[in-house]
Amino acid sequence: MRNVAVVGFAQRQMKEFDGSPTMVELLVPLFAELYEQTGFTRKDIGFWCSGSSDYLAGRSFSFVSAVDAIGALPPVNESHVEMDAAWALYEAWLKIQTGEIDTALVYGFGKSSAGTLRRTLALQLDPYTMTPLWPDTVSLAGLQARLGLEAGLWDEKAMAEVALRSLSDAERNEYAVRSGGSSIDDLLARPLYADPLRKHDCAPVTDGAAAIILAADDRASDASETPAWITGFAHNIDPLHLGARDLTRAPSAAAAGSAAGVEGVEVAELHAPFSHQELILREELGLGANVKINPSGGALTSNPMFSAGLIRIGEAAAAISRGDAGRTLGHATAGPLLQQNLVCVMEGAH
Amino acid sequence: MGKQGNHKQLAAVIGVGQTHHRAKREDVSMAGLCREAIDRALEDAGLTFDEIDAIVVGKAPDLFEGVMMPELYLAEALGAAGKPLLRVHTAGSVGGSTAIVAASLVQSGVHKRVLTVAYEKQSESNAMWALSVPVPFIMPVHAGAGGYFAPHVRSYIRRSGAPTHIGAMVAAKDRQNALKNPYAHLQNKDTTVESVLASQMLWDPIRYDETCPSSDGACALVISDEATASSVENPAWIHATAMRSEMTTAAERDQVNPQAGRDAAAYLYKQAGITDPFNEIDAVEMYVPFSWFEPMWLENLGFAEEGSGWKLTEGGVTAMDGALPVNCSGGVLSSNPIGASGMLRFAEAALQARGRAGDHQVDGVRRALGHAYGGGSQFFAMWIVGADKPA
Repeated sequence: MRNVAVVGFAQRQMKEFDGSPTMVELLVPLFAELYEQTGFTRKDIGFWCSGSSDYLAGRSFSFVSAVDAIGALPPVNESHVEMDAAWALYEAWLKIQTGEIDTALVYGFGKSSAGTLRRTLALQLDPYTMTPLWPDTVSLAGLQARLGLEAGLWDEKAMAEVALRSLSDAERNEYAVRSGGSSIDDLLARPLYADPLRKHDCAPVTDGAAAIILAADDRASDASETPAWITGFAHNIDPLHLGARDLTRAPSAAAAGSAAGVEGVEVAELHAPFSHQELILREELGLGANVKINPSGGALTSNPMFSAGLIRIGEAAAAISRGDAGRTLGHATAGPLLQQNLVCVMEGAH
Repeated sequence: MGKQGNHKQLAAVIGVGQTHHRAKREDVSMAGLCREAIDRALEDAGLTFDEIDAIVVGKAPDLFEGVMMPELYLAEALGAAGKPLLRVHTAGSVGGSTAIVAASLVQSGVHKRVLTVAYEKQSESNAMWALSVPVPFIMPVHAGAGGYFAPHVRSYIRRSGAPTHIGAMVAAKDRQNALKNPYAHLQNKDTTVESVLASQMLWDPIRYDETCPSSDGACALVISDEATASSVENPAWIHATAMRSEMTTAAERDQVNPQAGRDAAAYLYKQAGITDPFNEIDAVEMYVPFSWFEPMWLENLGFAEEGSGWKLTEGGVTAMDGALPVNCSGGVLSSNPIGASGMLRFAEAALQARGRAGDHQVDGVRRALGHAYGGGSQFFAMWIVGADKPA
């Protein structure tokens, strides 16, 4: 396999929806930021890949106008996944592994404010048997949290601890749309939102975009003094049907973690849009108490759809670039209740 | 650190499956439609789900069926549960780019046997509605695909001086070819150049019989590594793949002969070691949803000089018994399950290279080209497959 590294990362998240920019407006400055970080120009990019969703935008072909942000004349080598851009990063990594290209720019974007997110996401269920009942995302997550509570796998205090740590850590993240730690007692005194979930147990609805540049071998060393080398990259999916799986588990996360090789990671950026889902992921990935989880604040403090997973990888890479850790993990999830999971493990100089 | 250079592993198509395409497949769900193609592809490859390492799914916009990211719901039916699954979406070129992504899973050395499927079940929603949702700040076209492409065709006719019956010749040829393909949606025995010219004018100069149908259908491929492919009969070796995109809104775009298509073809031929595509490629499956795109793409793909693609069509060169047979399966003009249409082109090219195209097989095919495009001709995906291992 070729040595491939994350050499650039940029993100934007919108706290306010009014006047929230179009995705082209959001992406153009992100690309400029990446060129600045790496010294690359558009011509240095061998492959472009994006992740987004038509249903989030409420229209067909939502990625088409995003290509305009590249300025794609002359034409570019380009592809798109209808998934979180973490999977676009995987496609780009594969492409680099074929040897056909050495560099790739991957971007994800989503404007959750274009609709009512929890209702839109009900369209991800089985169209013949489940969607007609319109079970929304937050209610489904409430069922999952309740199952874990009743099975004694976690308690409300453990959920509040996740939220408190995330909100406190987010105070140091200029992009977080929610932050501010208080205390476990304060959090547990807040009203229930979707029993047993409180609002701080649920990711905020966020507009945003993110982009990463990957480069192989010498191109990576040229572009960055502190490349985050990818040592393991894998993803996996579970069945969707809620009656066909143990909702307190995420076997696909365990499989992806095992294939990527998570032992020895010091920092893990987990894409957990609900506090109890972080508890499930820590268990499935076998992350011990010494692993620092979500120092960025994680998805509970900002969760732009279709780039939140890519942002986890970007944050995990940034932890290496800053010298905070030598080996880190970025995780992305998609589908109802942690159905699909991806793990990217990175290391500093080698 | 590893050295730079070509790390590409060989890959081949070892299984091909497709559904019977019809306007409405009321006998199957989306999952059932995909399984019909997948089961045929696995049987053709002599493999079971247990032997598949990863799955890649492609389809055109989710609004065509009204399900957001349907691959999540389809995971079990596609045999993907417990495995990696990717979902590709690149407009009308998606069937082709999905096959290319599946190929890269093998070419990267990450997986040995990959299943890929592309589908569209248009009858479960309304494609015209799905394409017509008003978008803020963007001028609505309100024209449908035919209305969008008609000015391109008109411009082609003006630039090339092509006689106006060329489109009808393509339509008559492809519909006659479809009669040899048991999976094709349209099976119109009486289609002739005259009957096409007598059909209703829809978007001048495009007549009703020069347009593609709306179909429910799916296509699946099994793509394997060199070791697996060497142990099966007649694999179609992947010699080259290419994807290119250009932006939608730019005054300098040539929408009749887009640069993205020309660039993709040039890169494809370079990879495959082809210097004279007309003489070195034996069969072409080209994405022709409106008949005039055959002469236009003949030029874009470098089979003819600019302005002279129509002469190949008029001279019978692209007929099944011509020097460069195009769309022997009946093409998109005879079956158009949008998300699958590009993969069908790639699959039919593989069948030709394997000598397994049945009644529409061209004798002696060693190398075949599969081609797809999408959007407003901004997105291109193509591959060349061959009977022999790449040199």
